[in-house]
Amino acid sequence: MIWNKEMECMDLENLKNIQSERLKKTAEYVYKNSPFYKKKMDQKGVHPDDIKSIDDIVKLPVTIKEDMRDCYPFKLFSAPLKEVSEIHVSSGTTGNFTVVGYSREDIRLWAEVMARALACAGAEPGDMIQIAYGYGLFTGGLGFHYGAMEMGLTIIPVSSGQTKRQLKLMNDFKPKILACTPSYCLYMAEEAREIGMDPRKSSWQIGSFGAEPWSESMRKEIESTWDMTATDVYGLSEITGPGVAHECAYKKGLHIFSDVFYPEVIDPKTLKSVKKGETGELVITTLNKKGMPLLRYGTRDVVSINYERCACGRTSPRISKILGRTDDMIIVRGINVFPSQIEHVLLSIEGIKPHYQLVVDRRAGELDELEVVVEVEEKIFSDEMKSLRALEEKIKKEIGSTLGIFAKVKLVEPKTIERSEGKAKRVIDKRAL
Amino acid sequence: MKLIQISVFLENRKGRLHDVCSLLGNHDINIRALTIAESPEFGILRMVVDKPKDAVDILKRKGFIAKLTDIVAVEVDDRPGGLAHILQILYDNSINVEYMYGFVEKFSDKALLVFRFDSPDKAILVLKKNKINLVGAKHLGKI
Repeated sequence: MIWNKEMECMDLENLKNIQSERLKKTAEYVYKNSPFYKKKMDQKGVHPDDIKSIDDIVKLPVTIKEDMRDCYPFKLFSAPLKEVSEIHVSSGTTGNFTVVGYSREDIRLWAEVMARALACAGAEPGDMIQIAYGYGLFTGGLGFHYGAMEMGLTIIPVSSGQTKRQLKLMNDFKPKILACTPSYCLYMAEEAREIGMDPRKSSWQIGSFGAEPWSESMRKEIESTWDMTATDVYGLSEITGPGVAHECAYKKGLHIFSDVFYPEVIDPKTLKSVKKGETGELVITTLNKKGMPLLRYGTRDVVSINYERCACGRTSPRISKILGRTDDMIIVRGINVFPSQIEHVLLSIEGIKPHYQLVVDRRAGELDELEVVVEVEEKIFSDEMKSLRALEEKIKKEIGSTLGIFAKVKLVEPKTIERSEGKAKRVIDKRAL
Repeated sequence: MKLIQISVFLENRKGRLHDVCSLLGNHDINIRALTIAESPEFGILRMVVDKPKDAVDILKRKGFIAKLTDIVAVEVDDRPGGLAHILQILYDNSINVEYMYGFVEKFSDKALLVFRFDSPDKAILVLKKNKINLVGAKHLGKI
């Protein structure tokens, strides 16, 4: 089904009119309510009156991840704090979180776009969904929850982890829909076989998988392993969380709900729009958010956009799968990890800035593994094994508590980490994504 | 009465121990005692050599992480209960042994062991008071 036929199948001219109206309102709204955007727009010499149609969007200033950091915690909110009904955070590039605030209307909007996303995946009112994304500060769990509620699904809010319990709930309750990271889905298959369960006989028929990049070959593996349809969901907390875009049954790109989240693709170097259909950084403007609307937010995700009408009937443009990043962020088990965060942790532990490297791997049927390789320096070296072991433990613990992820730590001799032009290579990603 | 030990950080890679030993050998530095503490990924090589300061300089120049630590070389009666006797004295005086290892060669009819204490000065005092022979750098150099 198509959840909001009017919006999702609207002819492009009418869609453009709506986008233009909403952009005008958003520009006025942030200019009036956000000192941050007023300053930015004044600096760029653009006034809300200059925004007459969606094509004028290029006149507006861009927003970048660093702005989120500089505005920590609430300075990017346009709504007064008492009108913000929910706050989520995700990893920042350094010690601080990236904070997002939702007004009541924003939560309703999130529910609406997530319902559209679930309908893209093939869900229908009355179906049962097992939500195995983390609930809490991470937007995955609650985003799906609100959308499922809006659509009228029966929700199992199991959250992430505890695989045996996930499998038992699936076996006993027979949910039709599964929502989790694609790697966790494959991991569950291993666990299922171990306890003598045949994954192909599972009740799951539809999966909405995201929060990390995954490939066509992984899709095939999931679909054949579980005998289910696997579709891709896209989102980022800055914009709303999951529900920014979703694949339909044709699996030819992810429909971005562009009446709400207006996409542009730019060349990250020149910041100019690329030609239609070309690859570049995805930039999104929220067209009717109130809590923390963002103008032209650089997602750092590299995509291309297809504007042709889809065979499913939707006119909303389709973004490609994420083809890469313009920064060095990696996603490990659905968690955003910036090398700079690891640097921050190391610095906070021993007051040193050693050479380090992140090695990510995913063995067949296993979850991502993150290994942090640290070159030993004289200052941290000891003749006692227990001190070096304690150091390893401390780094592990600190990474665990600040990034929320388990990492192995490996101490190595100086100069063993590969350098290119004198700079250590920060990330080695061995996964076949 | 303290001796100086060199410790070197080594990854568990083929040939790393050889690299250190041949480097020292080429510079005419003699290894008197040696032990390796190991974890699955790395090891700590600890050695007593005849010219510790030179040895550390040479190793550092070659990019190794190395440092000097005070240790105490103790003569132990080469008979059943010889080591236990020393350990009893240490235990009675609440002195903690971080680790210990033996010399390669014997210097008398007694065995020679290297002790790493958390408080070497106190250990020296106690051992001397109990008439335990300690071997100093001078004595070691003569042999």
